[in-house]
Amino acid sequence: MTKDSYITRQNWDDAEVWKHSKPLLRLLDVELTERCNNNCIHCLINIPASDVEAEEMELSCEEIKAVLKEAASLGCLTIRFTGGEPLLRDDFEELYLYARRLGMRVLLFTNATLITPHIAELFSHVPPMKEVEVTVYGMKRGSYEAVTRKSGSFEAAFRGMGLLLENDVPFVVKGALLPPNIGDMEEFEAWASTIPWMDKPPTHSIFLDLRCRRDPEKNRLIKRLRPSPEEGVRALTRRKEDYLRGTKEFCSKFMSPPGEGLFSCSAGLDSCCLDAYGYLQPCLLLKHPDASYDLKSGSLGDAMRNFFPRYRMMKASNSEYLARCARCFLKGLCEQCPAKSWTEHGTLDTPVEYLCEVAHVKARYLGILDDGERAWEVENWRERIEKMLKDDPKLQE
Amino acid sequence: MNTEVKMDSIYAPSEDVVVREIEGEVIIVPLVAGVGNMEDEIFTLNETGRAILAKLDGKSRLKDVLESLSEEFESPAGEIDRDVIGFVGELFKRNILVEASEG
Ligand code: SF4
Ligand code: SF4
Repeated sequence: MTKDSYITRQNWDDAEVWKHSKPLLRLLDVELTERCNNNCIHCLINIPASDVEAEEMELSCEEIKAVLKEAASLGCLTIRFTGGEPLLRDDFEELYLYARRLGMRVLLFTNATLITPHIAELFSHVPPMKEVEVTVYGMKRGSYEAVTRKSGSFEAAFRGMGLLLENDVPFVVKGALLPPNIGDMEEFEAWASTIPWMDKPPTHSIFLDLRCRRDPEKNRLIKRLRPSPEEGVRALTRRKEDYLRGTKEFCSKFMSPPGEGLFSCSAGLDSCCLDAYGYLQPCLLLKHPDASYDLKSGSLGDAMRNFFPRYRMMKASNSEYLARCARCFLKGLCEQCPAKSWTEHGTLDTPVEYLCEVAHVKARYLGILDDGERAWEVENWRERIEKMLKDDPKLQE
Repeated sequence: MNTEVKMDSIYAPSEDVVVREIEGEVIIVPLVAGVGNMEDEIFTLNETGRAILAKLDGKSRLKDVLESLSEEFESPAGEIDRDVIGFVGELFKRNILVEASEG
């Protein structure tokens, strides 16, 4: 028998065990509902909380439990409950406890408006083991509710976060940069820094995703709310040093033309998303019918072993994509991906012009592209990246 | 609390933790607050720990667990005793193991 320490306490994310064991599924996103009690102007998924027809189509508590059970048997470590607003479901507590009793940690995405004293106490007694993530839509009633279009939501959200604080439930906040709340940004960041679990400034959704179920009318509004690429990059780079450090480090590892393969992320590789109605998708956004796996006639294990790996092998066929994105060294800096192509164009491989412009503005900011240049035509991209890293002695190591 | 390890006692994992096996590794995930010191901590076991925990089924007395481990590992009884008492004592202190009956 070996004599080293019998038991080792380890931080969940850094535990040695994950380095040599590779579970088939690490993270399962579970959209408990697409319904939400808010009606945010920029939302990519919500339908009204009172939509009875949608509610009736949602998976039952027992059906979701069966998926959670299979997820745990495949080695799943983290369940992300999202929506819509996941706390709208009456059986939230039952599902939460079920996932925790299976030994998985729970990451909850919420607007915090439905956090009750009971829920806060539950999280305090049976901790999610991952900070709750709350999106905050503004720091004043006017700006907040101009985004959520729901009266009373401002007080409810801050009351909910107050309950988490009182009960010592770790949570972090993030923002969405929108015309009604752009003036609140500094106040938001100053307030966020007082939350004990915020060890860095909050992130913001800036470039706004379109509806994942493709809705032309709502998409028109979202497009109008998007900042221009220059405005967006200005907001993104407000903390210049932090931005440069993070991005350059990333560039040193991930910048190169992707070729004709479509997937360079990990969607469907060791994670996937269960939608509210029993379909599995590679990620939250990619709800293309061909990417959806009907759980009623299969299993999570089959989706992870057979369906998603086959899907991930897909190659681009759009000639414009092949001429541009496949040859573009900015791919790592660009949000273009099959899911974005799906939400914008209903295909998997159409370049998204807005994201293309954003990536070009970022590249100019980093000094790796000149005015008027098109990234996919640049041949000496390696030299450019090396030069950028050389200018930063810390990154040469 | 008396943390002395008793040979006549039956030990089992507490209901406040979840013991999971992932790809051959055993991890112990705290369920309620107060097991472990921090919110985001889990526990992993070494080979010895895994072998011992597998025998702590809430039915066998510790002395029987010891006997069965000595047979299995063909180690000198004293060595196994030290391992088992060390292991059970450590997990009992952390509220990961509980006593399933009076000794
Ligand atoms: S709170 Fe979240 S899910 Fe609800 S409408 Fe707003 S963005 Fe959408
Ligand atoms: S910058 Fe343009 S060409 Fe390059 S990957 Fe993005 S969308 Fe494609």
